[in-house]
Amino acid sequence: MPDSAPEALTVTVNGSPVVVSSGATVAVAVAIAGQVCRRSVSGEPRGALCGMGICFECRVSINGRPHCRSCQILCEPGMEVNTDG
Amino acid sequence: MSTAAYDVVIVGAGIVGAACADEFARLGMRVAVVDRDVVGSGASAAGMGHIVVMDDSEAQFALTRYSQQLWKALRPELAADVEYEQSGTIWVAADDEEMAEVQRKHSYYGERGVATTVLDAQTLGRLEPNLRSGMAGGLLVAEDAVLYPPCAARFLIERAQKRGADLRLGASVAEIGQGRVRLSDGVEIMGTMIVNAAGAWSPALTPGIEVKKRKGHLVITDRYPGFLRHQLVELGYLKSAHSVTSDSVAFNVQPRRTGQILIGSSRQYGAEHKDVDQSMLTRMLQRAREYMPGLGPMSAVRTWTGFRAATPDQLPLIGPWPGDKSLFLATGHEGLGITTSLATARILVDQVSGAKPEIPIEPYLPSRTAKEFVHA
Repeated sequence: MPDSAPEALTVTVNGSPVVVSSGATVAVAVAIAGQVCRRSVSGEPRGALCGMGICFECRVSINGRPHCRSCQILCEPGMEVNTDG
Repeated sequence: MSTAAYDVVIVGAGIVGAACADEFARLGMRVAVVDRDVVGSGASAAGMGHIVVMDDSEAQFALTRYSQQLWKALRPELAADVEYEQSGTIWVAADDEEMAEVQRKHSYYGERGVATTVLDAQTLGRLEPNLRSGMAGGLLVAEDAVLYPPCAARFLIERAQKRGADLRLGASVAEIGQGRVRLSDGVEIMGTMIVNAAGAWSPALTPGIEVKKRKGHLVITDRYPGFLRHQLVELGYLKSAHSVTSDSVAFNVQPRRTGQILIGSSRQYGAEHKDVDQSMLTRMLQRAREYMPGLGPMSAVRTWTGFRAATPDQLPLIGPWPGDKSLFLATGHEGLGITTSLATARILVDQVSGAKPEIPIEPYLPSRTAKEFVHA
């Protein structure tokens, strides 16, 4: 079970709970979950490359909204993250 | 000056010039194509690639229908990157008045052998669930298709080259006529026939052509697979797009094979600059959101513009230009050049070879406008 310390929070990545520290970006949660953010058109794995919102390689779906840059968005409790989105 | 002798020199490597090159080369003629830029870089790169049968006039119907059949026949040979998809068009009716237009259109197409299906509000909502609720209905034209025009132009050029055509890119043309094309660097290319297929720039090379630039904007989104299934066009399009006196926008969206959504359309006369016009862009996207609110939060990856070659009667100019026996026109296709490129090439080649055209060609002959000059 996740630690309930105040500086930790839980999100889900592809339906599985992931505990992250408060202030972590969604890209961190995806990395902890051992996932890649998305696949290229030819099927290659893609993840947070630039880490500063420029390259768009780290896009995921957050709470049903596709193409969110995971390196630019902080985790919030209960956030539903899906890769390949 | 270096010279080369050709049967046909085509100015403009857009989809119309490319289709003409392919047809002339197919007949075994010696063909050269000249373009100041790259293949498919003008209006061909700013068209939606909607292969659509239109009914503004009998001549427009005949040309678009004929050409759509040619595209269908060509489909098995097209390269994969042409992305030809028979996704169908739905003309969307927002109210009862537009629903009456759906019925009229249904009859018109049906009488001419084009199968269409009248959609009630519920069926429309089921086929395109991301349209806002409250639409009156629509008309599905299942045979309409979409493709990616720059790659379609390249496919046609490459096939022409395989048939022996020469291609000269990056060659700015200064002057044409009297059996020659003179480039800006002074080089002259001789041809028994010269074809002006320079689209919105054709009047600069052949003064007197009644072709005006009509600017349009396009937006393409990121990938949202499944959001949209057909090309959707508002029926108000006919009223707004053909208003020749004022700038207009219309809801016109297209699903790409990638899951991207191509959003149009806008029409402007008198806008000479290629820059994106923010006010037109805003109007166009507002219109799109009125029909499909879900477009609002989407990410756009590119916004760009282009210039249609518009004629006063909304029909292209295909055939000899009076006053210069060597000069032929294949221009003025406005927003239908992707659809009508193949038929344009056939009609032009038929005029030269003496073959009997599939459809009456008189409505497209450039002499129709030349007569107007005489009587003006």
